[in-house]
Amino acid sequence: MSDFRRFRGTERYLTSEALEAAVNCALVLERPLLVKGEPGTGKTLLAEAVAQSLSAELIPWHVKSTTRAQDGLYVYDTVQRLYDARFGDGDVRDIRRYIKLGPLGRAFSASTRVVLLIDEVDKADLEFPNDLLHELDRMRFRITETGDEVAARERPVVLITSNNEKELPDAFLRRCVFHFIDFPDAELMREIVRVHHPELDRSLADQAMQVFYEIRKNTRIRKRPSTSELIDWIAVLRRAGVSEVKLDKTLPFLGALLKKEQDLTALADQLAGGRRYRS
Amino acid sequence: MFVEFLYELRARKVPVGAQEAIGLARALAAGLHESSLDGFYHVARALLVHSEAHLDDFDLAFAQHFRGVHVEAKAIAEELLSWLRDPIKTRALSEEEKAMIEELDLEEVLRRFEERLREQRERHDGGNRWIGTGGTSPFGRGGFNPSGIQVGGSAGGRSGAVQNADARRYRPYRSDLTLDVRQIEVALRKLRAFAREGGDRELDIEATIDATARNAGEIEIVTRPPRRPNTRVILMMDVGGSMDPSAALVSQLFSAAKRATHWKELRSYYFHNCVYEKLYRTEGLQDPVPVRELLRECGKQHKLVMVGDASMAPYELLGSSGYGGGAGSSSEPDARLPGAAWLMMLRDHFDRAVWLNPDGIGPYPHPTVDAIKGIFPMFALTLEGLGEAVSELVRGRGRA
Repeated sequence: MSDFRRFRGTERYLTSEALEAAVNCALVLERPLLVKGEPGTGKTLLAEAVAQSLSAELIPWHVKSTTRAQDGLYVYDTVQRLYDARFGDGDVRDIRRYIKLGPLGRAFSASTRVVLLIDEVDKADLEFPNDLLHELDRMRFRITETGDEVAARERPVVLITSNNEKELPDAFLRRCVFHFIDFPDAELMREIVRVHHPELDRSLADQAMQVFYEIRKNTRIRKRPSTSELIDWIAVLRRAGVSEVKLDKTLPFLGALLKKEQDLTALADQLAGGRRYRS
Repeated sequence: MFVEFLYELRARKVPVGAQEAIGLARALAAGLHESSLDGFYHVARALLVHSEAHLDDFDLAFAQHFRGVHVEAKAIAEELLSWLRDPIKTRALSEEEKAMIEELDLEEVLRRFEERLREQRERHDGGNRWIGTGGTSPFGRGGFNPSGIQVGGSAGGRSGAVQNADARRYRPYRSDLTLDVRQIEVALRKLRAFAREGGDRELDIEATIDATARNAGEIEIVTRPPRRPNTRVILMMDVGGSMDPSAALVSQLFSAAKRATHWKELRSYYFHNCVYEKLYRTEGLQDPVPVRELLRECGKQHKLVMVGDASMAPYELLGSSGYGGGAGSSSEPDARLPGAAWLMMLRDHFDRAVWLNPDGIGPYPHPTVDAIKGIFPMFALTLEGLGEAVSELVRGRGRA
């Protein structure tokens, strides 16, 4: 296994030792990597980083509530065939022309190793992961209409993200390498901010981080702001030319951090409480 | 060798087996752990743990197996933590008192901690010996001892804890419940029905081919409305009193129902013992909704699921809300209707309704359970009973 390249994160994507270990396990064992964690901790970005570091193509498959496992393999375009049968464009007897491969199918049939991202697998139907078990295990499937088999020449690197909206079936979990992305501690967060905003004024960064962690500490806030929101917020602050922030009523662009109306009220309560305490 | 470690994990109910063992062996053979215990920790965690709910167990097992730190059996720790969960106020200590508190070295503290764990059998607060809260013993939380062991929670007056006996970062993620929630979800999945509603926006391929063939090859497009989930469910739950022992079970059912995405609508209401003229939107019986208004809003195609133990004083069922457990009597005629009448009104309104009983269906006669059984088809709140209830709910249209 000497030809295997270790994943060490990229310039724009900082990792922890645990995350690197998990990615490398998935690479060596050729198993899917299941990534869970709070929204906004960079689950989807991880796939981009892995693809970049392997210099491989990234094939994303964004799962929706109506997505079926079959959609990932292939779609048989009956309508086009019917249309061609009537208006005589091309050879309708060749059913292969009307088979369109889905993301999984494209990942399997690619000539080089690709990175396949199955994003937010928990959005789909309860049985969705089970329907994919066999295909992910063997990395091959058969097209019923033509009898052709699509088999992976190079097993793709499969990354699966989940927001924990639904429990995933045990049989599915067993086949995956699992990683839970922790919320970054202040030190790592400082690094992440630096990577995204290299020219950011040091004092503004410190103030913004302080405010950010202060808001996260408020237990009444239901949707706590996460890394991506902090990055966005700092971007807005920089654009607007704000040079200092502190946690009070005048906090600018709060909408970038808090997304729920109740959370804004909760924060307002906290601030009002603080003022009463000081006076 | 790590095989023993796997058994350690299994003992803590982390599901690991041969598949994980082989995976781990391959990863180690590839040198992923970089010959360090730290590396091994990360690699093993990625391969052996499949859910954040087990990360805490993994940390415990790892600590015990590899660092030699003695961790008492989980069961004892859980009980201990429950004593410590709500600490009493810290005593104000004078300087002399603080000086008197013996300073111990770590070995000694750990040894005594274990000893104390074995001896202690009850909750203790404000003392100087047992594990409790607000005291000066070296063990417990929210207390004062410069070289003590902190057990759960935040440190008290001074963070002098030599070693936080449980630096367990993943504790909030453990949930010994979710396994069952999925089972319930799967049972509830059967409770769905699709209906074609709305505009014709989906191509009906079968019909199109058929129509085209009949039309001698001229294309004839046939469309139909898309299939949409069409199940509307009303969940009414009995809370408080005799239902308290089943609260966990009912909340599992509730969270499974809440997460079911294959329903068009889920309404949930609460009542205490029996339904009278009002239902409540919150568990604390706040935010009332008159039953008659609910019946006006909901058509008969809604599926009604009642959850309750159905055991109450006979007068609660047969008397009016005026002297029953019902809330707030009024002078309107509704207030004089007995609980049974309200239940029958609900039953008559909906095509399909079931009653789930967390106490199960016992062989012994019980006056009110039997009476309610006469009104609603009753099932035990077990996986089996739930399955039967679901098939009752989807069975045909109209009353059997």
